[in-house]
Amino acid sequence: MALTNHPSETPNLSFLKEKALQLRRLMLVQAAGKGQGYLGQGLGLAEFLATLYHYELRYDRDNPEWEDRDRFFLSTGHYSIALWAVLADIGYVSKESLPTYGADESPLEMSTIEGRVPGVEMTGGSLGHGLGIAVGAALGYRLSKRDARVFVEVSDGELQEGSTWEAATAANAFGLDNLVAFVDCNGIQADGAMVVPIEPVADKWRAFGWDVIEIDGNALDQVVGAMHWARMARGRPKVVVMRTKPGKGIARLEAREKAHFIRVGADEWDVIAKELEAENA
Amino acid sequence: MLKGRTLGMGELERIEDRPFRTAPFAAGTLAAATRCDRLAVLTADLGKYTDVHPFRDAHPDRFFNVGMAEQALVSVAAGLAKTGWTAYCTTYGAFATRRAHDFLAIACAHGGAAVKMFAGNPGLTTGYGGTHQAIEDLALMRAIPDVTVIDPCDATEMQQIAEQAIDIPGTVYCRLLRGNVPVVLDPATYRFEVGKATRFGEGGDVGFVSTGFMTERCLDAARKLETQGVRASVLHVGTIKPFDAAAVAEFAGSVTRLVTAENHVLVGGLTSLVLDAMQEAQILRPMLKIGIPDRFIECGSVPYLQDKYGLTAARVHERVAAWLDRSGTSAAA
Repeated sequence: MALTNHPSETPNLSFLKEKALQLRRLMLVQAAGKGQGYLGQGLGLAEFLATLYHYELRYDRDNPEWEDRDRFFLSTGHYSIALWAVLADIGYVSKESLPTYGADESPLEMSTIEGRVPGVEMTGGSLGHGLGIAVGAALGYRLSKRDARVFVEVSDGELQEGSTWEAATAANAFGLDNLVAFVDCNGIQADGAMVVPIEPVADKWRAFGWDVIEIDGNALDQVVGAMHWARMARGRPKVVVMRTKPGKGIARLEAREKAHFIRVGADEWDVIAKELEAENA
Repeated sequence: MLKGRTLGMGELERIEDRPFRTAPFAAGTLAAATRCDRLAVLTADLGKYTDVHPFRDAHPDRFFNVGMAEQALVSVAAGLAKTGWTAYCTTYGAFATRRAHDFLAIACAHGGAAVKMFAGNPGLTTGYGGTHQAIEDLALMRAIPDVTVIDPCDATEMQQIAEQAIDIPGTVYCRLLRGNVPVVLDPATYRFEVGKATRFGEGGDVGFVSTGFMTERCLDAARKLETQGVRASVLHVGTIKPFDAAAVAEFAGSVTRLVTAENHVLVGGLTSLVLDAMQEAQILRPMLKIGIPDRFIECGSVPYLQDKYGLTAARVHERVAAWLDRSGTSAAA
């Protein structure tokens, strides 16, 4: 069993930083191919996904179906661009296929569909599904007496879905301390900035009986620290409220008002790619 | 006569002299659990009304009540399925299909999750009105790809389905008959098979195609018609999806007139499927459609409602006999 990326007590921050940059590059490759996509959200998750897949998550690079693997459910299926990037980085997806993101017949769809690409644990396009599925998987692992853990990403906009709170209630009722949720608070949704107030996010989770911490989701050391914090088992589910910046890493994308769905002119991609390298030089 | 009756919660009225079995779903589920140690049962605050407590008492570690939260019920079940478990869920059909439809479609069916939903209060088996009566659930569920949809006839079939559902791949939606359920099909000889219709009788003057407990009513009506000189037969279609179109076409071709009967609105359910099958097979027959009208049904006692909307054996017989009379096929009084 070729286990990799199991939790280590000595995170290599410069390695993870390089991985986050690599994920951003791989997202740009996809968006440039399509000319558009949910790039802003993806870029905002780079530190989180780099840390999850290259530090915390337990999985088998040679066997995506390994029964005892930790699960990562990406509830926001439209963040697929970020998932394809990390799955390409760990070898589940070929890097050469990335420019087909969103193209007709490409398995790298604009939204994650279970069953087409190794490493995709759920069909995530209909928001409000991920947390409930994660609760069930955490329950299943506990029932099967497996020590694998369940990680799930949900977004701040997704907290408007009532089903998320149904699932939050169930997780508390079942005392699932093998479950860790990450709320990507990037402040945007389809119609623009949060269209209804969703704060105080952390207090809401606390009120639902979860252990909560709040971090800057684009600060690697804080993301790593959150992963360490989430290893504790106190009989309660855990949630990491991550404040992230859509378009993070590329100043001109960070400044975009319509960051929910980004379209970029064909001539602009080289400039954007150079900006990414310059900002991370 | 109906005064003082309770409104009922999915339990069928006793029919005089007909044997019954109590909680056949529970018996079937317990039997399934002896074959499958990765079977979990979930409910959404309706355990008492969906016959799951015997399982809860036998396997408390594998029973979960998520509270009044049907979306959580279904998504948690889907998550359990992802880690190798089979999840039986119970709630009322109205809540399962209206409130959690997206979750049954996407969290379950889309990925072939081993989630088996047993949905109480099918059609007119409760008097709690439009909120609780699942009158369009079969249409909603059969429209989802990759779902098996079942409407059992009686205690025998209910128990067999509960026992076999662990072996049916993917997502299953089965209407739940609970409490004291009539025994119509002989447990010694009847074997439920997914996707297979079963014919009773050879009579060709009139043929009933029915699903769910309407098969019981049609069998009773057919018997009475036989005593009146009308040769009748019944095709029970327990599985709505996959639909046994070949058996329906063959049956329709073997009778002069056809009656469809379902405890469901006449929109998108059995009748629609029968018409599709006949069109495909290019068979045309005079047809009488028995089912719930395309409207929300009021509160009332179950016997009253079933009588009013023509779902009792007596009303089925009455309608069919009158129809035959009008068409010149006599059913002697």
